[in-house]
Amino acid sequence: MPFDNIILPRRAFLSGVGAAALAAGLPRAVLADAPTDKRFILIILRGAMDGLNVVPPYGDKDYAALRGQIALAKPGETDGAFDLDGFFGLHPALAEIAPWYKEGALLPIQAVASPYRDRSHFDGQDLLENGTLSPRNTDSGWLNRALTALGNRNGGASDRRIGLAVGQAIPLVLRGPTQVASWAPTHMPEANDSFLTLVQAVYQGDQRLSAALADGIRATAAADQAIGTGNARMANAGMAEPDDARPDPYKAQRALADAAGKMLADPNGPRIAAFDAQGWDTHAAQGGAKGRLANALGGLQASLVSLRGALGPAWKDTVVMMATEFGRTAHINGTNGTDHGTGTVTLLAGGAVAGGKVLGQWPGLGEGQLYQSRDLMPTTDLRSVMKTVLYEHLRLPADKLDSFVFPNSGDARVMKGIVA
Amino acid sequence: MLDLKAASIAANRFGFGARPGELDAIAKDPRGWLTRQLAGEAPQAADAPIWPAQLAGFLQAQREKKADIDAAKMMRKALQQEFRGAAAKRTIDAANSATPFRERLVQFWSNHFTVSIQRAVVVPAAIGFENEAIRPNILGNFRDLLKAVAAHPAMLLYLDNAGSVGPNSAGGLKNKRGLNENLAREMMELHTVGVDGGYSQTDVTELARILTGWSIAGEHEPGPGRFRYRPMVHEPGSKTVMGKTYPEAGRDEAVAVMNDLAARPATACHIATKLARHFIADDPPKPAVDALARTYLETDGDLHAVSLTLIGLPQIWAEPLPKVKTPNDLVISACRSLGIADVQAGEMLLMGLRQMDQAPFAAPSPAGWPDTADSWISPEAMMTRVEWAMAVGQKLGSQADARDVAKATIQPVASQTTLFHIDHAPSAAEALALLIASPEFQRR
Repeated sequence: MPFDNIILPRRAFLSGVGAAALAAGLPRAVLADAPTDKRFILIILRGAMDGLNVVPPYGDKDYAALRGQIALAKPGETDGAFDLDGFFGLHPALAEIAPWYKEGALLPIQAVASPYRDRSHFDGQDLLENGTLSPRNTDSGWLNRALTALGNRNGGASDRRIGLAVGQAIPLVLRGPTQVASWAPTHMPEANDSFLTLVQAVYQGDQRLSAALADGIRATAAADQAIGTGNARMANAGMAEPDDARPDPYKAQRALADAAGKMLADPNGPRIAAFDAQGWDTHAAQGGAKGRLANALGGLQASLVSLRGALGPAWKDTVVMMATEFGRTAHINGTNGTDHGTGTVTLLAGGAVAGGKVLGQWPGLGEGQLYQSRDLMPTTDLRSVMKTVLYEHLRLPADKLDSFVFPNSGDARVMKGIVA
Repeated sequence: MLDLKAASIAANRFGFGARPGELDAIAKDPRGWLTRQLAGEAPQAADAPIWPAQLAGFLQAQREKKADIDAAKMMRKALQQEFRGAAAKRTIDAANSATPFRERLVQFWSNHFTVSIQRAVVVPAAIGFENEAIRPNILGNFRDLLKAVAAHPAMLLYLDNAGSVGPNSAGGLKNKRGLNENLAREMMELHTVGVDGGYSQTDVTELARILTGWSIAGEHEPGPGRFRYRPMVHEPGSKTVMGKTYPEAGRDEAVAVMNDLAARPATACHIATKLARHFIADDPPKPAVDALARTYLETDGDLHAVSLTLIGLPQIWAEPLPKVKTPNDLVISACRSLGIADVQAGEMLLMGLRQMDQAPFAAPSPAGWPDTADSWISPEAMMTRVEWAMAVGQKLGSQADARDVAKATIQPVASQTTLFHIDHAPSAAEALALLIASPEFQRR
């Protein structure tokens, strides 16, 4: 019987009797060994994050003048950046995770860009996720292909879902031939098993809807089990409160990351997850220590802190990568913001990261050093960072990296000093 | 002869499904039913206006928030509440529309030219944007639609042009302010020629220069919260966009460049592809796209003619249910088939918009809501749909007989399995929930 057609008794997971009961109720295939015990989380920063203010090169002679009103003050000054290495700083909104740098769990890489050189968000994100040299040319993402290369194929003993999409939709980076789980919190009451059986019956003739439903049922059961609230789909509150009257503006981010972290911490859970963080397209009112960029960083920081807490002991085996489609103009624009640019920073966090230093060759910000006289010149290929994490952390076979996962990426070499 | 299958296609593909009793009427002449909806005057703006004074006040409050942060917060809350009410009414009005095809076109173009309340400043202007810039222009000429959109405060704020300043203008030299190229880029990439439309970074910057001065009146200026051209911040000199030079002409430069962008074949192709994807299939058939683009170019962008071409395409009438409804269309069609007449009666159904991640005017980016099943039918989203259907069944199952509703809506295209299970469901609630969850209702 194909696994997709099995209806799991969802309520069976609500009793809190744990993994043994779970194992008894599931086909053996679900508990097949994972191909890795390492954890990898990709956070896609949609909207183009301004790397020059997240990890400001306060020691560069041109930085303050280029940035004008939104330049961050030097370490030690009011609202100043945290010092990282005497040249680069860290945005003051990241106060809570600044100590991670010292402990070696935070690694910024400056002047990074994907191979994309135009400035469309949508194409830039497409290429960031599809892992090829041009946008819109494939329906699968590099992280899905990495799952395939890891040996998480569909069917048979490896039918366990190693990948997890956190959020209502599966992002392109996780789409592809290898099935992934997906999860998001909602407010609605659960559909009961007998009703789901009926729905499955009327979906028999509709391949697309029936496949999605079977997967959804399975993912919910797994999430219920891992989160231990008895009802994962009710776990969150505040996902959809848009106004600023909330006492905690980052409640939604915390809840999402907490749930993701708990699922990843589960020994029988997924190993690799992806979710989005928004708010980076700071064309106007970007601000310095406070403002739109600081708010977006606050949300990202909330996610990271919750992830670390929820992962518990698994944090030491974890790499979190934060990647954005491109950077922003080196010059402040006319509306106290920045427009679409090229090079930016990529942040890595986690117990398995060789942090405590800033990697990347610094191209400078002076005359003739900027890309097209406007953007930070990229000196590191983002795919090199991705490939390094896949190779050194997840132990993907090297021969798969250059062709299958990242086609035509031979010149984007694996780097040193990223994974502990 | 009554053609119920064609009636079902007309009602679902171009509308929000059938109201009870409506299918028989449509079946007498399905194409005529659609064509008649496009005839006549441009519809009057619905009674939810832009809130220009509030908008200006909001902007002022934002600037002065340090002085009076509580007042600004209260104003923001009040505006948000007013917006939510108006947005709910918009959804219910669409469900009850006598011209649902027209309403679908309004929502299509509103999404093509997305403004999103993810930017708080859009909240007081979003409903007005649709009623003032989109609604009157959906059957006119595309270039007029484009210009109405670009001149609307909602778009000028959402894509930051209101504050963009020509660096060499009097205002720019005095205040050391400068360009913001957000609207210029999205106007080319999303609104007209498309990302492969043949423009460069230089073209984006030049268009941004042209658009300087297109702004909004403040609280103490004439017409607060409305469009205002500010010659003081318009970048002086001639500019060149996509090979054509536009001599200095102040406000009119932008009008000239938009007329030219609208006339480009790349724009015709971009618009035709999006229309075909929305109304026909996720992977739009090339002959359909070509036919739409051809009409666009032959009529110089006449959207009435393009819409007529659309309903005349043979692909339209071939297969009944190729597209999965977006959450928005799903909720509206449920309201329509269940005869939900006002916001209060529909409150529970409307919550589905947020639960299924498509709250009105809240698209995640200027590209708008996605228009393919891939983006809406993840396992997680599928569960949410089924749970919402169950909640609808629990709420309304005792009031509406699911078998009657099925007869009036999905029957002509429904499978025997679906009808059988609705007939034999264990309870009225589950019967109705099953109807809403059925493939025939989830698709269009």
